Amino acid sequence: MAALVEMDNIVKIYPNGVVANDGVSFSVERGEIHALVGENGAGKTTLMKILYGEERPTSGVIRINGNSVHFHSPQDAIRLGIGMVHQNFMQIPSLTVAENIVLGKEPTRRGLLDRKAAIQITEELSRQYGLKVDPEATIESVNVGMRQRVEILKILYRGAQILILDEPTAVLTPQETTELFKSIRTLVKQGKTVIFITHKLREVKEISDRVTVMRGGRVMGTLLTHEATREGLARMMVGRDVFLEVSKPPQVRGEKVLEVCDLTYVSETGRQVLRGVSFNVYAGEILGVAGVEGNGQTELVEVLTGLRPATGGEARVLGTPILNRTPRAVRLAGVAHIPEDRLTNGLALQATINENLIVDRYFRPPFRRGWFIDNNEVRRHGQQLIEIFDIRTPGGEVPVASLSGGNMQKVILAREFSSQPQLLIAAQPTRGVDVGATEFIREQLVEQRNRGTAVLLVSADLAEVMSLSDRLVVMYEGQITGVFPEAAKATEEEIGYYMLGVKRQSPEEMEAYL
Amino acid sequence: MWELVLKGIFSALFVASVLRISTPLILPALGGLISELSGATNIALEGIMLVAAFTGVVISAYTQNVWLGVIAGILSGVLVAAFLAYFHLYLGADLFLSGIAINIMATGGTIFLLYVLTGDKGSSSTLASKAVPVVNIPVVKDIPVVGTILSGHNIFTYLAFILTWLVSVYLYRTPQGVHLRAVGENPEAAASLGLNVRRIRLGALLLSGVLASLGGLNLSMAYLTLFQREMTAGRGFIALAAVFLGGRTPWGTLIAAILFGFFDALSNQLGSLAIPSQWVQMIPYAATVLALVVYSVRQRAQAIERARRFQEKHLAETHAAGD
Repeated sequence: MAALVEMDNIVKIYPNGVVANDGVSFSVERGEIHALVGENGAGKTTLMKILYGEERPTSGVIRINGNSVHFHSPQDAIRLGIGMVHQNFMQIPSLTVAENIVLGKEPTRRGLLDRKAAIQITEELSRQYGLKVDPEATIESVNVGMRQRVEILKILYRGAQILILDEPTAVLTPQETTELFKSIRTLVKQGKTVIFITHKLREVKEISDRVTVMRGGRVMGTLLTHEATREGLARMMVGRDVFLEVSKPPQVRGEKVLEVCDLTYVSETGRQVLRGVSFNVYAGEILGVAGVEGNGQTELVEVLTGLRPATGGEARVLGTPILNRTPRAVRLAGVAHIPEDRLTNGLALQATINENLIVDRYFRPPFRRGWFIDNNEVRRHGQQLIEIFDIRTPGGEVPVASLSGGNMQKVILAREFSSQPQLLIAAQPTRGVDVGATEFIREQLVEQRNRGTAVLLVSADLAEVMSLSDRLVVMYEGQITGVFPEAAKATEEEIGYYMLGVKRQSPEEMEAYL
Repeated sequence: MWELVLKGIFSALFVASVLRISTPLILPALGGLISELSGATNIALEGIMLVAAFTGVVISAYTQNVWLGVIAGILSGVLVAAFLAYFHLYLGADLFLSGIAINIMATGGTIFLLYVLTGDKGSSSTLASKAVPVVNIPVVKDIPVVGTILSGHNIFTYLAFILTWLVSVYLYRTPQGVHLRAVGENPEAAASLGLNVRRIRLGALLLSGVLASLGGLNLSMAYLTLFQREMTAGRGFIALAAVFLGGRTPWGTLIAAILFGFFDALSNQLGSLAIPSQWVQMIPYAATVLALVVYSVRQRAQAIERARRFQEKHLAETHAAGD
């Protein structure tokens, strides 16, 4: 019998000449959980978008149940039972869970929307597949885990037999991930087939039956999961040996650099985002902040770097108050910032690399000469940093927008690391960059720490914070709910309980370690 | 002197006049609401009203049939809305700029055509245009006070209230209305479910064209029975303000529009006083600005209050957990 899904020799060349898939052949058997792994830019999402009808292949054949198919839109794919859960959820925040699930295919009674039927449909699906949701809650009021379950129910309602999940665990806590895996197993037991995109090798081992590894737009191989090792898969993904663990010399803790005391922040919509956050960061240490995204980490970083006003509390860098100052004043106090959202807060996309490299220092000598900017100095400076940080570009005069994601991140790193900061605040520094660049960024963070910089590292990647940090705090609903003086000795499971708010330490317990 | 004004305001006639004056705000505001919720705010309400007001007068004068005038007025307004939709949705022009261009064109175009047809650049007083009928509700009309307030309005006024209800049902109870709101809130998600974002926004803009046209026709075929240059006097924009002041809901929009109508009626009452008329005429517009400021301040205060309550509740919970 033919495989359920067969993609044969798929080539995808984008109009700008990027070859995303270069002769990819990929097949999925009925009832299996098939992991698709690879670095960012390896072409896995593109391949799945082709299978889901969102992108059209330049050449190649897709067969479902042995029949060749041509998709013009996702609707064609949905009709054949293929559904995809995207990384960014496709939902309408103000509508309820049930309304979102039936959207576009609503049950009606006399031309009007039948809300009762919608709720009933949702409850039935929810029960059948063990995906717990609250049908009458609005999407904006439920957490990420439930939003993801809504997304899965939505494609099941449309009759999906093949579910494509694009990095579904990226936003989940370890416990939520366990729940999700349980649901995936339930789905498969009921005859569904699951394609699971990820770059977390531990998850590949845990959930999948088979795994296909992609690199540079090609398939490097398909293996039975129980025959694969993490190291072997990593080598296939990157093409060389990768050090999954970061090695760092013992910590030499210096003076107190950042002192945060009872920091609060209320958003414009009146949400209490930070609720009395206090901690210190010392020279020569990396303090990691773990937590499910949306628990105030983003706002914490933005308040500390002058991008948002604080509502109350204090923060000092080596004695200088930094709250409610302009970003420039904060930077002049010795703070460097690798922002979470590079495209918005990290770079001026239409400006050149050289210009982006001086935005925090153009107003000072040697770049400023009287009323003007010394362009020779700017070029020299750019050239130097491009070499040191190995930014792959034809030159310093090209707009940053023309670089790849990893190289954009390097431009930011070059600027922030070369400012010789006292305090480095890094928010999600390796998000969206590939394994090779990730390794480089992590090494650089450790290098800064070894040189005596205080580093505040915020990351949604729990493995990353745990391996890089000397000390680790967990944020939950705008508060620090746990502190681990030796990050290396904590377990993911233990930290997960704090991330979910199941466990919390009392202020007295934490005091000595903050 | 002031007594006279107060007496005026607290009369049934004044309430009736508020309803009459609010009508050309409510109708375009409903149109503005629909387009706003679909994610393509109709900036050209003003121009559409003007074109419909003009067309209705001219066609009713030439055909001597009021309903042909109304229908032609609606069609002309929808046509203008279709232009906006075409520029924005299909040619990718900026919604704001296209809207403003249409408004300017409508002002100049109606004056030009008025001059061509009548030789007058000010009004269509030489054309024998028709007026829509006034509805006297049997029984109700004979009740004192209530009769004065509720009965004897032109059909557009009644239509405005009926349409508020219909728009509310449409937006919240029909699949099409939910689709429209979904497209406005997250077009990408809506598209991923097979909803045609462009077509839904086109529909919303055309529908807002119909509603704005009714507002324009109300001005020239009911409120007055002639066309005057620039007779919309910014109502299309005040209608948009009503949408936001009303919290982007049909009934909220209705109330906001009536509030603006109240100030408009008030300025009419004050016209009898020895205050420079420019000051009096300023009232509705100043009230609009003031209302929007009060609204946003109140929203902020509410947000802070919510935050405070949330915090208290949470503190209580933490204490309870600690005990």
